[in-house]
Amino acid sequence: MDNIGHIEAMTVLAVGIIFGMGAFGTAIGFGLLGGRFLEGMARQPELAPALLGRAFIFVALLDAVTFIGIGFALFFTFANPFVSAYQAVAH
Amino acid sequence: MLLRYLTGEAANPNEYILHHLTFLTNGKPQGILDFAVVNLDSVFFSVLLAVVFGGTFYAAARHAGTGNPSKFRNFVEFVVENVDDQVQSIFHGKSKLIAPLALTIFCWVFLFNAFDVLPLDLLPDAAGAAGVAHLRIVPSTDLNVVFGLSLTVFLLIVFYSIKMKGVIGFLAEFALNPLRVSNPIGQAAVAPFNIVVEFASFLARPVSLALRLYGNMFAGEMVFILIALLTLTKGFAGLATVGGWLGTVGSLLLGVVWSGFDLFIGFLQAFIFAILTVVYLAQASETHQ
Repeated sequence: MDNIGHIEAMTVLAVGIIFGMGAFGTAIGFGLLGGRFLEGMARQPELAPALLGRAFIFVALLDAVTFIGIGFALFFTFANPFVSAYQAVAH
Repeated sequence: MLLRYLTGEAANPNEYILHHLTFLTNGKPQGILDFAVVNLDSVFFSVLLAVVFGGTFYAAARHAGTGNPSKFRNFVEFVVENVDDQVQSIFHGKSKLIAPLALTIFCWVFLFNAFDVLPLDLLPDAAGAAGVAHLRIVPSTDLNVVFGLSLTVFLLIVFYSIKMKGVIGFLAEFALNPLRVSNPIGQAAVAPFNIVVEFASFLARPVSLALRLYGNMFAGEMVFILIALLTLTKGFAGLATVGGWLGTVGSLLLGVVWSGFDLFIGFLQAFIFAILTVVYLAQASETHQ
């Protein structure tokens, strides 16, 4: 069963990369967003509630692809389709 | 599960995870798309929450009047007014459909997501005692439910586009955006590129709308399952050792913290789904003069 071990090892690496790159991208995105929001709030404090509402909208948009990636990564972890595909072919 | 906690009976983590990820269906699906198979638990909980939401808001609306509102009616009015404000700031036309649609989507999806905060084994174990094998209580962790919502919104977008611009106008928009050229020869030249780009972004809308909600909720539920795994194999007997004590108390604290965060994320994702629906419908209704 050496091939299945190989497939699972590659899947582990892939899951790690998905999680890592997702976190990396959103960290940079949130940092930029937060910085601009603070700048805007400092310029016009009376707009702070409206800006906060819009900022949360962009938070959810930034999060989207990261969480899609996490969903796929968890799917690979617990119900590995590559192993199933290999087993379907090899037997 | 409660029995397992008390006796610390050894349980298989993988089997526990798979038990919590399996839907209550009425048969095994043949292949990827099988319309005869229904996820009964998703259907039950989504219909139940629709009745709860509809019944509650209807009851509040029936007693609407000019007297002093009760706390309950106050709350309902607060929600409705806020959704109306948001919709008015985005959609500048007149429509009888869009604001109630946004309200329904927001409240219904928020009720879906709020069920994620209930303790993980509470309802599935109660159902298990009644003889039901699996139960997944959060409908927005079911791909069918989220794609049902987003495909409905997609059909509404197409319908509104065709109603406001006509079929020709709707199709012409694919060839004329995003690169806009004034002379017809240039338009014909950039049309293939435009069509590909516009089609991709047009199809990306319902898919991203669905998967954003699904990914957030599924990841939240997965973290709950992993937190529960910290005490799975030991139960209360684990309190004897220091490591077991840290695991049990740690999992309780982590559960509380993650519940709060997941409730916030659920609220945010419901709000985003509703707002993006309004934004897409507003974009579909506007005509470039």
